[in-house]
Amino acid sequence: MTLTDKAARAAVTSHGRPSGGRSGDDKSAMSYGFVALYTVLVVAFGVLPALYAVYLAFTDGDGGFAGITNFTKVMSDFRFLPAVAHVALYLVIWLVALVVLVAFLAIVVHAVRVRWLSKTLRLVFYLPGALAGASSVLLWLFVLDPTASPVSGLLHLFGFTSFVQVIVPANLPPIFAIIAFWTGAGGWIVIMYGALNNISADVIEAARIDGATTVQIAWRVQLPLLRKWISYMGIMSLAAGTQLFVEPQLLSQASNAVVPNDYSLNQLAYQYAFQQNDFNGAAAISLLLLVIALALSAVFVTRGGLFERG
Amino acid sequence: MTTLDIGRHAKSRGRLDGWSGRTIIGVVLAVFVLFFAIPIVWLLLATTKSARGLIVDHPFLPGGLGDLAANWDQLFGFQDGAVTAWVGNSALYAVGALVITLVASIPAGYAMALTEFRFRRLLLVVTLIVMLIPNTALVLPIFLELNVVGLIGSPLSVILPMSFFPFGVYLTYIYFSTSVPRDLLAAARLDGCTEFQVFTRVALPLAAPIVALVAFFSFVQNWNNFFLPFVMLPSSEGYPIQVGLTSLLASTPAFNPSSAGAQSVQLPTLALATVISVLPVLIVFLFAQRFLVAGMTAGGTKE
Repeated sequence: MTLTDKAARAAVTSHGRPSGGRSGDDKSAMSYGFVALYTVLVVAFGVLPALYAVYLAFTDGDGGFAGITNFTKVMSDFRFLPAVAHVALYLVIWLVALVVLVAFLAIVVHAVRVRWLSKTLRLVFYLPGALAGASSVLLWLFVLDPTASPVSGLLHLFGFTSFVQVIVPANLPPIFAIIAFWTGAGGWIVIMYGALNNISADVIEAARIDGATTVQIAWRVQLPLLRKWISYMGIMSLAAGTQLFVEPQLLSQASNAVVPNDYSLNQLAYQYAFQQNDFNGAAAISLLLLVIALALSAVFVTRGGLFERG
Repeated sequence: MTTLDIGRHAKSRGRLDGWSGRTIIGVVLAVFVLFFAIPIVWLLLATTKSARGLIVDHPFLPGGLGDLAANWDQLFGFQDGAVTAWVGNSALYAVGALVITLVASIPAGYAMALTEFRFRRLLLVVTLIVMLIPNTALVLPIFLELNVVGLIGSPLSVILPMSFFPFGVYLTYIYFSTSVPRDLLAAARLDGCTEFQVFTRVALPLAAPIVALVAFFSFVQNWNNFFLPFVMLPSSEGYPIQVGLTSLLASTPAFNPSSAGAQSVQLPTLALATVISVLPVLIVFLFAQRFLVAGMTAGGTKE
């Protein structure tokens, strides 16, 4: 049914697979050749840095074993809990909006029968994805600045008359969520649309004959069949979302530090490393982020049935 | 909203079916179209306005070509042509890493899917795990690692970490294990192909869609990468355009009042910089939509 599913299945069953007859030395020698460059990259930029981060997080500046002192140090830092709260709030708003709206929009666009309209809708949703990172933040700085904004009327309606009013700390999590949604949702809508196309027409027709309404079909048939894709989207977005950096960094710069430069956890890690020269503390934060991202991914994997068969 | 088919077969049975349901859906769709389209349309128009016109004129009226030219001159005159250098750097980093990514991941994905060797499973499992690690999480340890070998500040400090792209290997692996039958490779071997020829003459020509897909993801991710070059490159000459944008932002009095001076950047110029910073990706995006869907759902279609 899905990409991830196939991969998981292939990974699970691969050990029992026939090797294709010959198992001569030249053959596996060539295989080593094929994977050599990638293996070097995995070790150099995947495995080694990960191990190094673990090593740094449990040692002190002189290389002596430090137990969990680095962790207790960063966690008792007065900037730590606010940063956790910022990132968590942003993630909740963003992920809920992403899951609900992407599934909804994909199903609606899929129900549009006029081809040019459906195609245009998908293109309009998807194009903002080209503006990622700093570019999309800059664009939204314009949009959120009431003096130049194309939607200044809307901003005035909410009572905002200056840029500084818009970016007060309480507004930031939804603002970052809007920016991330604007950039990222379209690509997922296009992918979900593709997945909906793969649901066989017979299944939908059978449901109709049984008397299901369009809403019931969406809720009972299409949505469950999208579940794995939604989990996949959740994992990918979550992993990226915990790393929030460029948005608050640029906003901090643009607002003359109305937004602090230690707003997110990743920024705090950066501050530890390059302002305080404390790479052990920075590594501890990175490791915490990693554990959180992997743990939350595990929830999506198990609840979303990502690696189930069928 | 007669164009919507929602509920054609089941009129008046459900709450959202029928005329009123279609109207609601139509309005919701229109709101989202505006949400996604307005910022881009406005940004393109903003590049054709003067700094005053941007504030005073109607937001959706175009300015003039003269103002566009003036903005262009101001942007490319910034710090004696720094923007040209930044765009060049972006191209060097993104394409350099893309080439290494393809050379490394296509054969690796092929070998893991269709050949047998020791450590195959180990490599596969490691790939699945590192894929889940957000790539910014490893930037600081990679910085320390490259610092030891003295690469900080050189283009390689950005290109090499970027070219590690486990997601590309994973996509290639899935493609080869689901779409290329082993019998085909066995037949080529019977015809006397060496292992290397089996890959270059049989597997690689079949892999064109996945090569395009990996290239697309890799290029977009490399071009938009901010954190890695931000950490690795201390001097402004080495910046890619994404990091260069922060310098432009810092020189924009509208956002940073302390920056008013000879080198100050006006808002429309900053808008033009934003457009230029995404132009290559935007072009790639326009061509990629079709095979993006085909590639992401390839092999997973039939149960």
